[in-house]
Amino acid sequence: MSILVGKDTKLIVQGITGSAGTFHAGQCQDYGTKLVGGVTPGRGGSTWKNPSGKGECPVFDTVREAKEKTGANASVIFVPPPFAADAILEAIDAELELAVVITEGIPVMDMMRVRRVIDSTKTKTRVIGPNCPGIITPGGHCKIGIMPGHIHRPGRIGIVSKSGTLTYEAVFQVTNLGLGQSTAVGIGGDPINGTDFIDVLAKFQEDPETDAVIFIGEIGGNAEELAAAWMKDNFTKPAAGFIAGRTAPPGKRMGHAGAIISGGQGTAEAKIEALEAAGVKVAPTPSDMGKTLASMLK
Amino acid sequence: MNIHEYQAKEIFRRYGIPTPKGIPAFDAAAAKEAAAKLIAETGNEVVVVKAQIHAGGRGKAGGVKVVKGAEAAGTVAKDLLGKTLVTPQTGPEGKVVQRLYVEQGLAIDKELYLALTVDREKKRVAIMASTEGGVDIEEVAHEHPEKIHKVWIDPAVGLQGYQIRQLAFALGLSKNAQKGFAKLLSGIATMFDKEDCSIAEINPMIVTKDEQVIALDGKVNFDSNGEFRHPEWADLRDLSEEAATETEAKEAGLSFIQLDGNIGCLVNGAGLAMSTMDTIQHFGGQPANFLDVGGGATQEAVTKAFRIILRSESVKGIFVNIFGGIMKCDIIANAVIAATKELGLTVPLVVRLEGTNVELGKKILAESGLNITPADDMASGAQKIVELVGKA
Repeated sequence: MSILVGKDTKLIVQGITGSAGTFHAGQCQDYGTKLVGGVTPGRGGSTWKNPSGKGECPVFDTVREAKEKTGANASVIFVPPPFAADAILEAIDAELELAVVITEGIPVMDMMRVRRVIDSTKTKTRVIGPNCPGIITPGGHCKIGIMPGHIHRPGRIGIVSKSGTLTYEAVFQVTNLGLGQSTAVGIGGDPINGTDFIDVLAKFQEDPETDAVIFIGEIGGNAEELAAAWMKDNFTKPAAGFIAGRTAPPGKRMGHAGAIISGGQGTAEAKIEALEAAGVKVAPTPSDMGKTLASMLK
Repeated sequence: MNIHEYQAKEIFRRYGIPTPKGIPAFDAAAAKEAAAKLIAETGNEVVVVKAQIHAGGRGKAGGVKVVKGAEAAGTVAKDLLGKTLVTPQTGPEGKVVQRLYVEQGLAIDKELYLALTVDREKKRVAIMASTEGGVDIEEVAHEHPEKIHKVWIDPAVGLQGYQIRQLAFALGLSKNAQKGFAKLLSGIATMFDKEDCSIAEINPMIVTKDEQVIALDGKVNFDSNGEFRHPEWADLRDLSEEAATETEAKEAGLSFIQLDGNIGCLVNGAGLAMSTMDTIQHFGGQPANFLDVGGGATQEAVTKAFRIILRSESVKGIFVNIFGGIMKCDIIANAVIAATKELGLTVPLVVRLEGTNVELGKKILAESGLNITPADDMASGAQKIVELVGKA
């Protein structure tokens, strides 16, 4: 009842011995995610212990070894920016099915090369992020990322978003409406990422356990417009949306590396117009995302 | 991150991109001296004195002066320094000229346009070239898109010879000029990659009467995410071009942008921070800033952020909007209390807390004795602060 991750996902954490890695590995494990191992070069052979005291897992030197010894099929990456592109390429080389990149601050030239590998080789790995909260399937007790697990509940609404905290807003509203989520996916706010809106929407369209979708975009680039054009012809489920940055001044990078209006391109108005033309109901404020979707489900 | 034209051209020269001879000058006497030196070197009396500000459109705003002789260069330098230039890119308040660049004059035959940017849709670096140089390229893109020629660099193999030829032919360059263009283009493509650029623009790129291709102007922006491998960027920063509060916030690891309104915002997450601004405007208010404290900020950093907002004279009310994921609500609550204890709180404060440790955060604030208006969600919080500021 989900896309991309679920009860069969076996996770390793790249960068598990760092402070963010160890904390969030613990949180993921506590949520019920099957955490089978961690990778930190030079720390192979040691054992990682969950700070909550509720579990542990072996640490390996390389992703290949971790996969061979544990049967892992997914990785979450908490490696700092200077080494993050290398870590993603290592996950791709090990042919994991999924690599979720939480790291914020990866240079765009690095991501350009990584994306070239994703797009042009026989890559078997789906890369989500970077600069994203991760992905969660509440019904499968699988949380891969940094989102607060307790606001989620199993359900049939898919969520896809460029923004972490706005995803939490949408999740919380959907939970409070008694609906719950099939899967929530953060694709991240960087100019070049591993997975686009369309990739995720196509999976939600095919997923029999997803009834409707909340789509959260923001200023900068034209990923929202491309997604809207695709949805017009290919997406048949009800969709509500929100675009952040209606009032952002042009030429200023609004926190996310990708959130910038430049040369008149990437405005919220253009994105909202495109989404509405594709039948997406755009909420007037982020507090209305859940309500807006509910109004379409009656 | 932005740098000045003279700094961009120093980098150009390192990559073999031809530029006019030039000398930066920070006062009128230095400008005069620079002009004299250039005239002696080139034998040409014509020099150009160019205002160095982090914004385009300087020519039209009177920031670029062509003069004859060192004396005249000194005079226009005196005139330009301290002057406020208002261009379409500076905003109505303009920018004060504090640095100049003095360059040799050149006999121009053609003015062309060249730019490299990250094409997010193609996931590659795009090279754009046009015969319509020296003008507002956005206008050209809008009215004559066919006059902008594009190629995309494959990161696996780099810029190829056929791509250079495609552009050279599209620009109608002579055989001699083609050679110079190839050298310039290879140089700037390598530079873009190695220097972690986000924009590199030459407008105009000129062909001189003796068929040389030269970067007459130069604009370079860096991808801030590349900072860790470019310690030299620290020396290229011109702090006077950046808002002091933005610099202070950046040093504390916060993302802060000053805006024109009067409602200060403290938010976690870029998307939430942007939409907090949107929601304030939706209810008729005006945000004073964008502030994303991020997920992993310490209590000290959040305190610093709140201090920046409290100190601002334009702030007539504050809206704290937090959805704690990694960020814990009690950290925010303690930071709000620490900053207000230090600076006092004379304006209305609306706080919306949700997510990790929300009960603890709410309890800390309730017990603080501060005059805080709580809000259950973002929209009602925005509405409350707009009302409170309206009444004040």
